[in-house]
Amino acid sequence: MKEKSNEEILIHTKTSAGFNFKMRRAFESFKKNKTALFFSFVIVFLIFLAVFGRSITPYDPNMQQRNASHQGVSEKHWFGTDEHGRDILSRVIDGTRVSIFVGLFAVSISLFAGVLFGAIGGYYGGKIDNIIMRIMDVVLAIPSMLLAICLMAALGRGIDKAVIAIGIVSIPDYAMIIRGSMLSEKENDYVQAAKIMGVRDFFLIFRTILPNIASSIIVRGTLGVSSAILDVAGLGFLGLGVQPPNAEWGDMLGRSRNFMLIFPHEVFFPGVAIFVTVLAFNLFGDGLRDALDPRSEL
Amino acid sequence: MLSYILKRIFFIVPVLLGVSFIVFLIMRVFSPDPSIGESGAGKYATQEQRMAWREERGLNAPIPLQFLSFVGGAITGDLGESYKTKIPVTEEIFARFPATVEIALTSMLIASFFGILMGVISSVKRNSIVDRMVMLLSSLGTSVPVFWIAIMATIFFSGDLHLLPSGDIMNQCLVVDTITGFYSVDTLLTGNFDAFLDFIRHLILPAFTLSLHSMSVIARITRSSMIDTLAQDYIRTARAKGLGEREVVLNHALRNALIPVVTVIGLQLGTLFGGAVLVETVFSWPGIGGYVVESVLNSDFPVVQAVVLLVAVVFTLTNLIMDIIYAALNPKIKFTKEGTS
Repeated sequence: MKEKSNEEILIHTKTSAGFNFKMRRAFESFKKNKTALFFSFVIVFLIFLAVFGRSITPYDPNMQQRNASHQGVSEKHWFGTDEHGRDILSRVIDGTRVSIFVGLFAVSISLFAGVLFGAIGGYYGGKIDNIIMRIMDVVLAIPSMLLAICLMAALGRGIDKAVIAIGIVSIPDYAMIIRGSMLSEKENDYVQAAKIMGVRDFFLIFRTILPNIASSIIVRGTLGVSSAILDVAGLGFLGLGVQPPNAEWGDMLGRSRNFMLIFPHEVFFPGVAIFVTVLAFNLFGDGLRDALDPRSEL
Repeated sequence: MLSYILKRIFFIVPVLLGVSFIVFLIMRVFSPDPSIGESGAGKYATQEQRMAWREERGLNAPIPLQFLSFVGGAITGDLGESYKTKIPVTEEIFARFPATVEIALTSMLIASFFGILMGVISSVKRNSIVDRMVMLLSSLGTSVPVFWIAIMATIFFSGDLHLLPSGDIMNQCLVVDTITGFYSVDTLLTGNFDAFLDFIRHLILPAFTLSLHSMSVIARITRSSMIDTLAQDYIRTARAKGLGEREVVLNHALRNALIPVVTVIGLQLGTLFGGAVLVETVFSWPGIGGYVVESVLNSDFPVVQAVVLLVAVVFTLTNLIMDIIYAALNPKIKFTKEGTS
C-alpha cells in the first residue's frame, strides 16, 4: 500500500482539528437544548431495552396462554394480553430490539451507499454524476413504501430482508444530500490547494472533504432512523415484516386490528411504542441539526 | 419556457423506462416463481402443470424479451392480466385508481390548507406559545405512524362517539351509477346527494389521518420560508409605507414564501401514495393501495408492476407540474441550455 505523503498527513491533521473543534462546539450547543437532551436519554433507554430487553421482560414474549387471551390491563399484565394470551408489555419490550436494529442497520446501508454515490457523483461531476443521479431519479420516482413492499415481496419476510429493503429505498435521499454538500465543498480553497499538491482523489474525498460535511450526514442519518422505524412498522402492519412469532410493533398492531373496537389496549400500546421511539429520534435529530448545522433549520 | 417544459417531458421518458426496469427486475428476476401458490398453477400442481402455466404467460421466454414485451404492452396500454382474477390489469386498476386519487387529493388539499395556515401563524407569532404549539404538533405529526392514528381515530370517532363510519367507501345499501369512476363526481352527476354526503362521511377519517404527516412537513417548510421572507427589506419597506400587517403577511410575504412550499407539496404526493397503502388497508378503502398489498401477498406480479408504474407516472407528472408552477412563480429562475439555473 502506498504511504501517505506529507501533504496528505498535513491536510488530514488540519481537517481533523477543524472537525474536532466543530464537534466540541456543537456538543456545547446541544447540551443547552433540553428537549433534545431529554430525548437522547430516551434513546439510550430504548437501546438498553433493545440489548437487554429479553432478560427483563416479565414473561416470555412468545409464550402463548390459551386461557389468558384478550385480557385487559391488570396488575398481572400491565399492558394486557393479546389473542394468544401473550403478555403485551413483554412483546412491546422485545419489539424494541427489531425496531432499533432495523432502524440503525437500514440507515447504515443507506448511508454507506448514499455517501459513496453522492460523494463520487458530486466530486467527479460530468458523466459519472449524470449516471448516478439518473439512477437516483428513477428510484425516487417510486414512493418508498411501495418500493419497500415490492422488495419484501421479492426477498421474502424476515428482519434481515426488511433491513435491506428499507436500506435500499432510502439510498437516493442520502446520495442527493451528500452530492449537494460535496458540490459546494469542493469549490473551497483547501480542496483546490490539495488537488494542486497532488493529493489522491480517494484521500481527498473520504478523508478530507467528508469530515467537513459530516454534520449534515449525521443529522440526516439520525432523522433517517426514525423513518426506517416507521417503514418497518408499516411493513409489519401489512404482514410483510418479521417472521411470526417474533414480536414487532407494526406486526402486533396489524394482528390486533381485527379486535380494535373490542380490545383497544391491544393496538394502543404497540402504537405508543412506535410513536415514542420515532419522536425520540426526530427530536434528537432536530437538536443535532440545530447544534451542528443551524443554517438548515426548518 | 416552452422548451423547458418540452425538455422536462422528454426527461420523464427515461425515468419511467428506468422505473419499469427496476420493478420488472424485482418482480420477475428476484421474486419467487409465481407459478407456485394459489394465484399460480395451484398449490398441488405438478412440475409439468407449472411449466405449462408459465409458458402460457410467456414467463419461459428470455428475460430481456419479457422486459421488451412488458414495455411494449405498457405503451399500448396492455399491462397483462391478473394471475388471480384473470381480468386485464388495466381494467382492475382503473376500477380502483379513482378511489385512491380521491383520498390522496383530499389529503393533499387538507395538508396544504392547514399546513400553510399553521406555518403562517407560527412564523407571524414567532417564539410565542402558539409557535411552540405548532412546532410541537408538527413534530408529533411527523412521528406518529399513519396506520396507528387511523386505528385510534376509528376507535374514538366510530367506536366511542359513533360519529363517522369505520371503513369502506360508502354504505353498501347505496347504489351509484359509474360514469367517471370517481365517487364524488358520479354521485353529484347522478344527483344522488345522499350518496355524496355518505361518501364524504366515509372520506373524512382516512383523508385526515393520511394528511397528518404531510401537513406537518408543509407547516415546517412554510414557517421557515415565511421567517426568511418576513426578514427581507421589501417587507420592511411595505410596513414603512403604512400597510396593515394582514396585507403585508398575506399579499406580500406569503406569495413569495409559498414558492418553495409548492415543490414540497408536489414531493408529498409520494408520501401520500405510500401512506395510502396503509390507510386503505385500515379503512378497507377500495383503492389501489390495499389492492397492491393483496397482490404482493398473492404474488400477482402483473398487478404489482402495473400499479407501481402508474403511481410513478402520476408522481413524476405531478412533480413536473409543480416544477413548472415553481418556475413560473419564481422570477429568479432563468432557463438555460441545461434547464434551470
